[in-house]
Amino acid sequence: MTEDLNWAIGGEAGDGIDSTGKIFAQALSRAGRHVFTSKDFASRIRGGYTAYKIRTSTDRVQSVVDRLDILVALTQRTIDENLDELHEGSAVIYDGERSWDAEIPDEITAVDVPLKSLAEEAGGAIMLNVVALGAACEITGFDVAYLDEALEKRFGGKGSKIVDNNKDAARKGRDYVRENYDLDLGYALETTDEDYVLLNGDEAIGMGALAAGCRFYAGYPITPATNVMEYLIGRIEQYGGHVVQAEDELSAINMALGAARGGARSMTATSGPGIDLMAETFGLVATSETPLVIVDVMRSGPSTGMPTKQEQGDLNMTLYGGHGEIPRFVVAPTTIDECFWKTVEAFNYAEKYQTPVYVVADLALAVTEQTFSPETFDMDAVEIDRGNLLEDDQVSEWLDDQGHFRAHAATEDGISPRAIPGMTDGAHMSTGLEHDELGRRTEDTEVRVEQVDKRNRKVETAKAEEEWDYREFGDEDADNLVVSWGSNEGALREAVALLEDEDVPVRVISVPYLFPRPDLNEEFEAADDVIVVECNATGQFADVLEHDTLQRVKRINKYTGVRFKADELAEEITAKLNEEVPAQ
Amino acid sequence: MSSQSEVRFTDFKSDKQPTWCPGCGDFGTMNGMMKALANTGNDPDNTFLVAGIGCSGKIGTYMHSYAIHGVHGRALPVATGVKMARPDIEVMAAGGDGDGYSIGAGHFVHATRRNVDMTYVVMDNRIYGLTKGQASPTSRSDFETSTTPEGSQQPPVNPLALALASGATFIAQSFASDAIRHAEIIEEAIEHDGFGFVNVFSPCVTFNDVDTYDYFRDSLVDLKEEDHDRHDYEAAKGVILDADKEYQGVMYQNENSIPYHERHGVTENMAEIPDGAPENAMDLVREFY
Ligand SMILES: Cc1ncc(C[n+]2csc(CCOP(=O)(O)OP(=O)(O)O)c2C)c(N)n1
Ligand code: SF4
Repeated sequence: MTEDLNWAIGGEAGDGIDSTGKIFAQALSRAGRHVFTSKDFASRIRGGYTAYKIRTSTDRVQSVVDRLDILVALTQRTIDENLDELHEGSAVIYDGERSWDAEIPDEITAVDVPLKSLAEEAGGAIMLNVVALGAACEITGFDVAYLDEALEKRFGGKGSKIVDNNKDAARKGRDYVRENYDLDLGYALETTDEDYVLLNGDEAIGMGALAAGCRFYAGYPITPATNVMEYLIGRIEQYGGHVVQAEDELSAINMALGAARGGARSMTATSGPGIDLMAETFGLVATSETPLVIVDVMRSGPSTGMPTKQEQGDLNMTLYGGHGEIPRFVVAPTTIDECFWKTVEAFNYAEKYQTPVYVVADLALAVTEQTFSPETFDMDAVEIDRGNLLEDDQVSEWLDDQGHFRAHAATEDGISPRAIPGMTDGAHMSTGLEHDELGRRTEDTEVRVEQVDKRNRKVETAKAEEEWDYREFGDEDADNLVVSWGSNEGALREAVALLEDEDVPVRVISVPYLFPRPDLNEEFEAADDVIVVECNATGQFADVLEHDTLQRVKRINKYTGVRFKADELAEEITAKLNEEVPAQ
Repeated sequence: MSSQSEVRFTDFKSDKQPTWCPGCGDFGTMNGMMKALANTGNDPDNTFLVAGIGCSGKIGTYMHSYAIHGVHGRALPVATGVKMARPDIEVMAAGGDGDGYSIGAGHFVHATRRNVDMTYVVMDNRIYGLTKGQASPTSRSDFETSTTPEGSQQPPVNPLALALASGATFIAQSFASDAIRHAEIIEEAIEHDGFGFVNVFSPCVTFNDVDTYDYFRDSLVDLKEEDHDRHDYEAAKGVILDADKEYQGVMYQNENSIPYHERHGVTENMAEIPDGAPENAMDLVREFY
């Protein structure tokens, strides 16, 4: 039963839940185990409850399940919140000396450890979470020594004494359980020689930006995109770049636009409310044909919505947002490693096609950490294509007979030459006003049509030149097709396995390109039933696909603010397959 | 055009004929900007002009340089981005009083305190010109316009005081029709190490019959002729907060101005990047061990 262990720590916000969870996750990863983490910010009761959950296995894990084996509960609330996930083989670690009387169902093993007292013995009550980690190690047969490296990483900056105290605290927790309990719940966490890295989607996006040569980032803090900025600060400087915390999103996107016109690879990241604020400038970016990467890490909307909750509700905004008609690309990573690769691609598309490119991620991708082998992020495989950015001596080829640079030359493929400041004779004006080839304002009907067509032609060129493919898994001959975008892919992979066990074969297509996007007509025609899975109420992607294929689809929509779980998805898919197609 | 060759101010002129009303103050403002750019050794290929939206914002079309004509109120963030990416480029932002002190007021405060090494020229006509004569944040409280038939009954914004309060390191004011002084002041703003802010009285001859050329000519006091020490903060405060007079000249210059790029070490040309991921990029991955 120990193949796949689910562990969690929960308490009040401010109890150090996140950092403690992360220490354990890192220790597991260092021990060559796969890890998939998730964060809970109160689903049923309002307030400060927060939990960090880890699913770990020697096999790859990429979703959450409704089962909890070991729970470190710093509050009664933690137990109450997770009651339905605990089972007979579960253990709850708690501190009986503290003021609350833990109510733990009889069939669950209660492990009472004086966390606070032991922490004080080790040098300070603040380390009580680490004592709990030591206790958890003992229960799961995991060597506390694996914690050491993670503790060094976390506390190294605070001096060796703090690190040593923490190591001691962990051992006190282990010894207490060893001496006072004779537990055999059957857990024995195996270790391997694999070296894994552990990171979340925001970090992967930031790392992708650095790999792709991003030099300028401007942003305004917003959950769950802030991590991108926090990751870049302190790292981008190594490459001569810079991060600005702007006064608002209006400023952020305009700064990023300015840097891009200066010739830098430039990016901003935000979440829905910030995307709204950026909408006006988004149009300018497209009309002035400025290469820019804009990351939208979606959270629950509309308005301020549920800032710490999952949703995939911004698809329409990113596909259609902004006044007028705006050519753009929208890429949407479906896994954490793709957050890296799609960001790299986004920079190339932005420069090749001189357009804004949205990278659309979601909260579940952004805050979830997952283990990967380092080669997943093979930096040698990163390619940089700056498109039609001219060399100094090429500028003269693009001057009109008066010597003006044709920055918006209406070329056949829609892509114009690009000159950046400092290039001799390349000086030109760019504007959000409709303009001619030189970038000068016009209301001439023919030029207007020519420039609109020219900008749209870039999309046609890209459709023809790039591969807008999808990822496929499950049974490729199955009659039933499930289509998904964003972070649902991991849960779907496991759902497919569960369905296979029940003899319900499905073919799954996970789409990372929302615009341009793959043509799914053939795939739809080959299927009896098509189900589109997404975390929103109205089925925005389902609508788009129905429009593309002129075929009705079934929909699985979740908008509770919580991501899909594998078992839940398996059940819903089965139910949907038994449902009649909705009337036209 | 290489920076070695002799640059004349007309090199900064585009061949587009301005559609400004004859007599508009923006002609003089622009001429002074072009002269100042040429006098400080810049040429169109190493200059980036960010224009606002308004009659004033059209300046981007009439000048010749690398330029962007952005969205209303956001010239300063764009200029900030350009300068950070390209410390080697001369960056200037220009727009109107509505653009800068109304829709863009937040950016004005923050660009000022950031102290990025660039120049910001506001063509202050105390009215919205392009949208045909509504009150602007610098309009007098009793000035009647189409949107304020009985006057706004609100005190006008004092942009110089706003700048001072935001930590400005260079605050000046000039008058579009005093050609020599105006160009001189812009030149000083360009040469200032940090954010050089110049509020320019640039009369709108069509919609503003109060803040006219005659009015400014009669009332303007040039600080050059006064005994004003621009490095003296208290003295600067005195002239900036003096509601009874209109001043021309440099009110304040902080001798110890440390521009953003020096404080943050933003000195590299960010347009240059390698063909692939940076060397040692795998270190970024290994950090996640
Ligand atoms: C978001 C947005 N709101 C409103 C406008 C309309 N608009 C264009 S210019 C302008 C005011 C310009 O006034 P000012 O900055 O003083 O410049 P002037 O025309 O007087 O030179 C307004 C409100 C716009 N272009 N964009
Ligand atoms: S309306 Fe006023 S500001 Fe606009 S061009 Fe005419 S005079 Fe100048």
